[in-house]
Amino acid sequence: MAVLTYREALNLALREEMRRDPRVFVIGEEVGLYEGAYKVTQGLLKEFGAQRVVDTPIAESGFTGVGIGAAMVGLRPVVEMMTFNFALVAVDQIVNTAAKIHYMSGGQYRVPLVIRGPGGPAAQLGAQHSQSMESYFYHVPGLKVVRPTTPMDAKGLLKAAIRDDNPVIFIESETLYNVKGEVPEDPEFLIPLGRAIVRREGTDVTLVAYMGMMYRAMEVAEELAPEGISIELVDPRTLRPMDAETIIGSVRKTHRAVVVEAGAGFAGMGSEIASFITERAFDDLDAPVERVTGANAPMPYARNLERLKTPSKEKIAAAVRRVCGTNGG
Amino acid sequence: MAKPVPRESLVPGVDAGLARRLLGEMLLIRRFEEKAAEAYTLGKIGGFLHLYIGEEAVAVGATSVLRPDDFAISAYREHGHCLAKGADPRRMMAELYGRRDGLSKGKGGSMHLFDRSVNFLGGHAIVGSHLPVAAGVGFAIKYQGGDQVVVCYFGDGAVPQGEFHESMNLVALWKLPVVYLCENNRYAMGTSTERALAQTEIWKFGQTYGIPSERVDGMDVLAVREAVGRAVARARAASTPALIEADTYRFRGHSMRDPAGAVYRTREEVEREKQRDPIVLFRARVLAAGLLAEDDVRAIEKDVSDRIDEAVAFADASPEPPAEWLFTDIYTDISTEA
Repeated sequence: MAVLTYREALNLALREEMRRDPRVFVIGEEVGLYEGAYKVTQGLLKEFGAQRVVDTPIAESGFTGVGIGAAMVGLRPVVEMMTFNFALVAVDQIVNTAAKIHYMSGGQYRVPLVIRGPGGPAAQLGAQHSQSMESYFYHVPGLKVVRPTTPMDAKGLLKAAIRDDNPVIFIESETLYNVKGEVPEDPEFLIPLGRAIVRREGTDVTLVAYMGMMYRAMEVAEELAPEGISIELVDPRTLRPMDAETIIGSVRKTHRAVVVEAGAGFAGMGSEIASFITERAFDDLDAPVERVTGANAPMPYARNLERLKTPSKEKIAAAVRRVCGTNGG
Repeated sequence: MAKPVPRESLVPGVDAGLARRLLGEMLLIRRFEEKAAEAYTLGKIGGFLHLYIGEEAVAVGATSVLRPDDFAISAYREHGHCLAKGADPRRMMAELYGRRDGLSKGKGGSMHLFDRSVNFLGGHAIVGSHLPVAAGVGFAIKYQGGDQVVVCYFGDGAVPQGEFHESMNLVALWKLPVVYLCENNRYAMGTSTERALAQTEIWKFGQTYGIPSERVDGMDVLAVREAVGRAVARARAASTPALIEADTYRFRGHSMRDPAGAVYRTREEVEREKQRDPIVLFRARVLAAGLLAEDDVRAIEKDVSDRIDEAVAFADASPEPPAEWLFTDIYTDISTEA
C-alpha cells in the first residue's frame, strides 16, 4: 500500500492502463500541455506523447463524438470533461449515441468509453460549475455511472471502467482531489463496477452515502456512537448498475435507513434508493426511509448560502436520530 | 445486328462490368425503397420511414471507390448507403419489419441500420450527431496507422448544427481521413436551404476550415464517383479530409408521413427534378454508349427485382424478436436490469 491523494490515484490508474494497453488514450480540454485543469493528467503527455494525450479545442460534443467513434472501431478512449457540468454540452452524444449504439446495432458495435471529470459541490464555483451531475446520466440504460469516494476506489474503479466494454460515466470531485488514503500498488488491483462497500459496520441504522457526503456521514457515525447509535455506512460506489443487494442486506440487519446525497432531492438518487428499499425490504423496516438531500435550488455563490445548499452533518444526524426514535429523547 | 461501337466520351473510364454494377446497385436501392414504401402502407413497417428515392447516385458513386475495409456512416435516410456498402437486403428488410433476423435483431429499425460485417457504422437519427463520430473513426484509423477512409453522409439539414462545424474544425486540425459527403436535397424536412443557411453553397464551409471542398452533380453517378474518388485517394495517401456537396433531390416526401412533400415545394419543381433521375440518366448513357444493351438492362432489372422479392419474403418469414431480447445488448456484460 502507498498513501496517495485521490488525484494521484487517478493519475496512477491512467498511467497503468495506458502502459498496459496501447489502445487507451486520453482526450479532452487541457489534458496535455496544461496537464489537466485539476492536474489529474499530470505527466501523461511527457510519458505517452501527443498521439495518446490529445488536447482538444473547446468542443465537448465534438470530442465526445470522437471518443465514441474511436471506441466503435477498437480504441479505448478516456474523455476528460474539465468539469462534468460541461458534459451537458455533449449530452446528446452521451445519451443518444454512446448509450444506444450497442442496443441499436443489436450488439454488433461496442463503445468502451470512459468519460471522467469532477462534479458536485465545490468551493464557491457557483451555479454552473457545482452540479451533482450523476442524476443526468444514471437514468439512461446503456450507461454505467461511477462515483468513487476514496483514493483506493478512485484507482480501482477507474481501472475497471477503462477495461469495461461499455460507456462509463466516472464523476470525481474537486473537493476530494487532495484527500489522502491507502492505495494498492498492484497494477492488477481493480474494483469491479456494480459493487457497493460497507465502510463501517453497525447495527441500528444503514446510512447510504457517497463522495463528500460519505466523509460527512463518517463523522456523524463517530459523533453518534457515544449516544449509543450504531451506524452502518454503505457506499454504493457504482450508481448504475446499483448494488441493491448490499444495501438491502444491510437494511435487513439494521431495520432503518437514511440516504444522503449532495444533489437536489427531487427525483434524485435518494428517491431511487429509498424506493427499492421500500419495495424489497418493507417488512424489515422499523421506520420510514429518510432522505437527506441537497436543497432543490441551484448552487448559490455566497458562502453561507452554499453551505445551506448541501446536507450538513447536523441534518444527517437529525435524520438518523429520527429513524432511531431518539429524536428529542 | 452488329454491336454499336462504345462511345467512350459518354462514360469515360467505365467498362461494361462497372456500368452493370453501378446501374444494378442504384436499381437495387430504388426497388428496395419502393417495396419498403409498399410494406409501410400495409402496416408491416412502422415508425418513420425516410426514402432515398432520387438520391441513389450519391451512395452508389461514392461507395464504388471504397474498399471493403473502408467505413461508411450515415444519418436516418441511410438505406441506400447501407445497401451500397454491401449489406444483405434481406436482413435490412427484416430490420425494417422489426424482426429477429434483422441486422440489429429488430431493435434498430429503419433509422438505425448497422452492419459491422461491411463496416457500416450506422444510421444515426439525431441530425448532425454522427459527424463527430465519423471524425473519431478517422482518428482511430490514423492512431492505428491504417490507410482506410471514412465516408460520412449527411444532409443539408445537418449543416447549421454546431457539430458540423466542430467536426470540420477537428478533422482539419488533426488531418483525419474523413470524407464528409453532404447530400444537399434542398430541404431539411420542409425547410429549404434558403430558409436555413446564411451560406447556401455548403461546400464553401470546407474552405473556411482549409478542407479541400467541391460541389458535384449528385444525380450523375460518374461525377460523384470521380469527386469522391479524388477525395478518398487524398485521404488514403495523406490523411486529408474533404467536404463534398452533392446536388441531389429526393423525389418523395421527407418521410412516409409526408408522402407528397407538397406543402413546401411545388409540384412543378418535383416534376422538373424528376427529369434528373439518376437511374434514367445513367441507363440512357450506358445504352447510348453501347456499354450495355437493352437485354443487359432487362436482365439487371430482373435480378434486382428477384433479390428484393426475396428480401420481402425473408422479412415476412422472420419471427418477431423474443421478449427476452428487450434486455439484451443494453450492456455487453449485464443481461437484465438490476
